[in-house]
Amino acid sequence: MTRYIIKRLLLMIPTLLGVAVLVFFLMRIVPGDIVELRFAGESVYASKENLDTERARLGLDQPVWRQFLGWMGGLVRLDFGTSMWTGAPIGEEIRLRFALSLQLAIMATIVAIALAIPLGVIAALRQDTWIDYVVRVLSIAGLATPSFWLGIVFILALLIVFKWLPPMVYTPFWVNPADNLAQLIWPALAVGYRYSAVATRMTRSAMLEVLREDYIRTARAKGLWEKLILSRHALKNAMLPVLTVIALEFAFLIGGLVVTEQVFNLNGLGLLFVEAVAHRDYTLTQALVMLVAFVFIFVNFLVDLAYAWIDPRIRFR
Amino acid sequence: MRRYRYSLVIASLVIAIGAVAPATPAMAQDKPRYGGELIFAVPSEPPSYDAHREETFGIIHPVAPHYNTLLRPDPTDKLAAKIVGDLAESWTISKDGRTYTFKLRHGVKFHDGSEMTSKDIKASYDKIIFPPPGVASDRKGEYLDVEAVQAPDPYTVVFRLKWPSGSFLMSLASPWNWIYKADILAKDMHWYETHVMGTGPFIFVEHVRGSHWVGKRNPNYWDKGKPYLDGYRAIFIRDSAAQVAAIRGERAHIQFRGFSPAERDSLVQALGSKITVQESPWDCVLLVAMNHEKKPFDDKRVRRALSLALDRYQGSQALSKIAIVKEVAGVQVPGTPFATPPAELEKLAGYGHDITKARAEARRLLKEAGVPDGFTFTFKNRGIPMPYEPVGVWLIDQWRQIGLNVKQDVVEAAKYFAELRGGNFEVAMDFQCGYIVEPDLDLYKFQSKERSPANYGRYTDAMLDDLYEKQSRAVDPEERKKYIREFERRLLDEETHYLYTLQWHRTIPHSSKVKGWTITPSHYLNNQLDTVWLTE
Repeated sequence: MTRYIIKRLLLMIPTLLGVAVLVFFLMRIVPGDIVELRFAGESVYASKENLDTERARLGLDQPVWRQFLGWMGGLVRLDFGTSMWTGAPIGEEIRLRFALSLQLAIMATIVAIALAIPLGVIAALRQDTWIDYVVRVLSIAGLATPSFWLGIVFILALLIVFKWLPPMVYTPFWVNPADNLAQLIWPALAVGYRYSAVATRMTRSAMLEVLREDYIRTARAKGLWEKLILSRHALKNAMLPVLTVIALEFAFLIGGLVVTEQVFNLNGLGLLFVEAVAHRDYTLTQALVMLVAFVFIFVNFLVDLAYAWIDPRIRFR
Repeated sequence: MRRYRYSLVIASLVIAIGAVAPATPAMAQDKPRYGGELIFAVPSEPPSYDAHREETFGIIHPVAPHYNTLLRPDPTDKLAAKIVGDLAESWTISKDGRTYTFKLRHGVKFHDGSEMTSKDIKASYDKIIFPPPGVASDRKGEYLDVEAVQAPDPYTVVFRLKWPSGSFLMSLASPWNWIYKADILAKDMHWYETHVMGTGPFIFVEHVRGSHWVGKRNPNYWDKGKPYLDGYRAIFIRDSAAQVAAIRGERAHIQFRGFSPAERDSLVQALGSKITVQESPWDCVLLVAMNHEKKPFDDKRVRRALSLALDRYQGSQALSKIAIVKEVAGVQVPGTPFATPPAELEKLAGYGHDITKARAEARRLLKEAGVPDGFTFTFKNRGIPMPYEPVGVWLIDQWRQIGLNVKQDVVEAAKYFAELRGGNFEVAMDFQCGYIVEPDLDLYKFQSKERSPANYGRYTDAMLDDLYEKQSRAVDPEERKKYIREFERRLLDEETHYLYTLQWHRTIPHSSKVKGWTITPSHYLNNQLDTVWLTE
């Protein structure tokens, strides 16, 4: 198992390296210029001399290969530098947003699991009954409903019915749990519902498949208690694809909730990402891509470990 | 069901009380009340904390309350045309109009307790006008007339000009020219990009990036009795729907930039008397840049035809219902000292009331210039919905009515500026926003390309440059008006170098609890918050 873990960890390095090279050069290909945008955009006085001074300050007057070596050197030392737009250390820019995005992803995952697993299992067990139809309608509706739209509905409902709006400034959970939850529960529900729809459908189909396996029939023939068959034999095996879906969605939530963050005015990584690209803030965009790539790779690594734990055959391959 | 009925009864009572309640305090609110925290939404965020180098209102709104400027527009003047002293107590102008002497207030302290003197004013203005190598200052272009800034004694500052100027006092009231501490600038010119330390009515508390900015009352503020607020909190909210929700849900009192007519109406409908609406013509305008280096836009007949096609009065009626544009205007905001009287405006190409006649003339000019019916060109528009999208659609429709076929290319902001500056367009939407209504600021852009980096029409016009200089140096307002009218005629009529669409219209629906704040034609002004107070 240790060898397996080390092998998977080592595989992360070339993947991250590839991402680093790609994002660096892709950003340089995209048309537009941070200096033009920031200093020439609204100013009628922006002279070429001033724009050149700013470019030199940001290191954009250097040849691309030198900029690349500088960026890779920093990456090796885990030093992402400073944001070109704000001048603030990138670690500082990401820290607070990451806490919010991580908490929201965890809360949405809890909502999704709490809905998806029981509903998926019940729908599979009661296949083609009214219960199954209701679950299928709910999950298809969830897939068809963008979470930001549901978020807008929540906000309007809260405003119109209760004359109340969730807090618009993030308070960490450990500072004030009530304020924290009052702000994040709504986006967590909006995102969690959509997320649960994917997981419910996956749970249902995986359960249906497993319930038709020979070993389930054998267990029933042996007269095993139905609850035991479901929990120990069926559900555990059905969880493999569900786990993958949940993990991938979780990783996506870390940096992908742009519109939902906008609707609820959440200071998360998704909006930071969009702004960094819109501002052509190379250093910040590169750091964010690396972070999201790392989260995806790391979550996949954890899923692989979970697979190995759930299905021992994987460890021996 | 019973619970629902109770809720309805309670809700009706709350609405009834709410409708009556504001009447009582409002009547007794002439005298400012102390205390409270003003919460406002800011649609943008400061990139750095140094206003001398930034261009966005995103720095002015949250950070300006920490600073003072030498002069400022009177915060109670809706036109922002009357200049009053901020750190300057009084001033004199020499007979030749080239020496401005300012007497400073005594007892003004920076937030670190040190005294503000003329040394600080000089250091701040030297940074703006004569920046050392490595320090970029776009605004030095605004002070080309300044020869030297001197500090003969701790409470006197002298500006010596190379030539007399009609706009110099206004340019010293710039909301960007915050007064910094000389000792700090001497050590590090970039210190203020990451730190806050001024003499303003509020002291910096915290900035959580992407989230909010907090300031608290300066107990040692030089203007005794001010500010009235205990503090303020600026919340960064990018999405306009979320800004409206914040005001409607009473999570914010105000947003100082502006809302669209639909957003205003939704707030008024939802909150009734809890909302106060202030409106003003806005010193921002969408322009049409026609690239003089691309055919057929090098021909002034074609450019004139594009202007003649526009039914600005009908456009104003229709667009003002859905977009943040309204007034038909020339090169100055209507109602301000140098604005064009309507009778004179009507004489300019595209400003007449007979649109049928104007369009017939436009077709004739196009034919004369050899432009065939159905001629196709690309109109580059900026990828920002309000007001670029509705105004862009309106322009295309107007031009279609003189037989032109226009293809719109919507370009993302970062690429848009590169395209404009690089001349990679035929016809493009351009814009201009001023921090104060002042011809020097508003007309600078339209000088020849060799003088103005923002002249995206890419033309050279020595006569226009000469008129710009003449109006800028005219100290007598009547003489200045004459040159401005000549400039306007040449820019919009004789040569039709640029097209003005419609003046923006600023609408601020805010909580009725907010008092002591007056709207102005610029969203860069009146953000010191020293006069603002809350009724409860």
